[in-house]
Amino acid sequence: MTADVFKAAIAFFLVVVVQATIVSSVAPMGGKADLVLVTLAAVALLRGSIFGAIAGFYAGFLLDAANLDTLGVSSLLLSLAGYWIGRYGETTGRDRAHAPLVSIAVVTVLYAFGALVLHAMLGESVSVQSALRSLPATILLNLALTVPVYALVRRLFAPVSRLPIKDVEFG
Amino acid sequence: MRLAALGSTVQRAASPTYPSSRAAGALRRRLVAAVLVVVSLAMLTLYFREADSGPMHSVQGAVASVLHPFQVGAERIARPFRDAYGWTSGLVHARSENEKLRKDLQELRLKAIQNQSAAQENADLRKALNYISGPTFPRDYDGLAASVTSYATGEWEQSLVISAGGRNGVSLDDPVVSSDGYLVGQVTKVTRTSSEVTLLTDSTSSVTARDAATATLGVLEIGEGPDRPFELNRVRKEQVVRKGDTIVTAGRRFGRLGSMFPANIPIGSVSHVNQTDIENFQQIQVDPFADFSSLDILVVLVPKEQQDPSP
Repeated sequence: MTADVFKAAIAFFLVVVVQATIVSSVAPMGGKADLVLVTLAAVALLRGSIFGAIAGFYAGFLLDAANLDTLGVSSLLLSLAGYWIGRYGETTGRDRAHAPLVSIAVVTVLYAFGALVLHAMLGESVSVQSALRSLPATILLNLALTVPVYALVRRLFAPVSRLPIKDVEFG
Repeated sequence: MRLAALGSTVQRAASPTYPSSRAAGALRRRLVAAVLVVVSLAMLTLYFREADSGPMHSVQGAVASVLHPFQVGAERIARPFRDAYGWTSGLVHARSENEKLRKDLQELRLKAIQNQSAAQENADLRKALNYISGPTFPRDYDGLAASVTSYATGEWEQSLVISAGGRNGVSLDDPVVSSDGYLVGQVTKVTRTSSEVTLLTDSTSSVTARDAATATLGVLEIGEGPDRPFELNRVRKEQVVRKGDTIVTAGRRFGRLGSMFPANIPIGSVSHVNQTDIENFQQIQVDPFADFSSLDILVVLVPKEQQDPSP
């Protein structure tokens, strides 16, 4: 568990740096990929809701510090995202190969609307139109990132106990 | 035939990771989530209500200082790839752009000759009148170049973080221009090592601007609609603004509207002028000179401490 915490702390630190400096600077098809969210989804699916929520809080805190944004906004959204994805992985998503893709597609939409509402509540100017316009591209980019990121995160956070290989008889 | 198949397609931590008691596990899970939400809301509220020198801002500045060298390093690694992408995509429009630039060059050569004599006449008249002007660009400012270390994640956030902060002499409200010298925004937050620049494309930004050819004043703001064009607002029908005119900062406020930028920073050129019978003001659209989609290096205009007393 301690090793997992250490690995997550370093991984999210680097992911936030890459997200803020490189990934957010390019907007192919009008959307921006969210590497932090994709990594968080992978970690939460592999380590559960509590780990996902704490990792989300930490990543959000770093992201707000890197972007000099209002502290707490990304922490709140990513904590909830990590918790929800972790719960999905513990319940409905259990044993489903498409769980990472489904959770990323859903959480990208929820995260976008959550951020929109939160920024509007803080009195910042938000444009629903521009958010809706960029959303399809963001979903596609996040889905494209999901497969390699999930594979990498699975190497980093190897499952604690693997289910045994079954022998299957045909014919 | 015997085949080996994985028992599970998604291999995750199994039940031993979680508490054995289902009820205790659920309680612990909800408690952790609730605590994190409450802490996040508390952070958000404190940050929102406190002054820029408050403890939450100090914490943010400290964490930003830790992240800063990593961001600068990442930016340096990414820059050659970004430049290569920009160079390749620029080749597509190179031929048509070259023709346009040649035409522009001919026109500008003629204008430069006319401007030289006008500038000399202006200097003579100022001297004769003992005229003292307000701060103008670029004479009264030092340029402080800084690389962009962080780009906003959300579509609605039109701000960037640059690698220069208070220790480099950056102050709140300093104007920021692109590396070509075109206005892009204003410093809205400063930490020791970095600063936030709110771009002109943010709907909270507005600049008092002037038509360089006709001296007509207006307020430049980002408009609504799918393309979100820049609009020069509050220009009355009787005032003259022509398509192709250059728009520069006016260097003063327009009533209570518009931010204070030094005069004569180029912003863009007029792309569309229209007026209707029912509107009091003209509808003017402006194409910005700065390319807001590829801002890698920005220049903060720091006022010179020793202002030149000469007119």
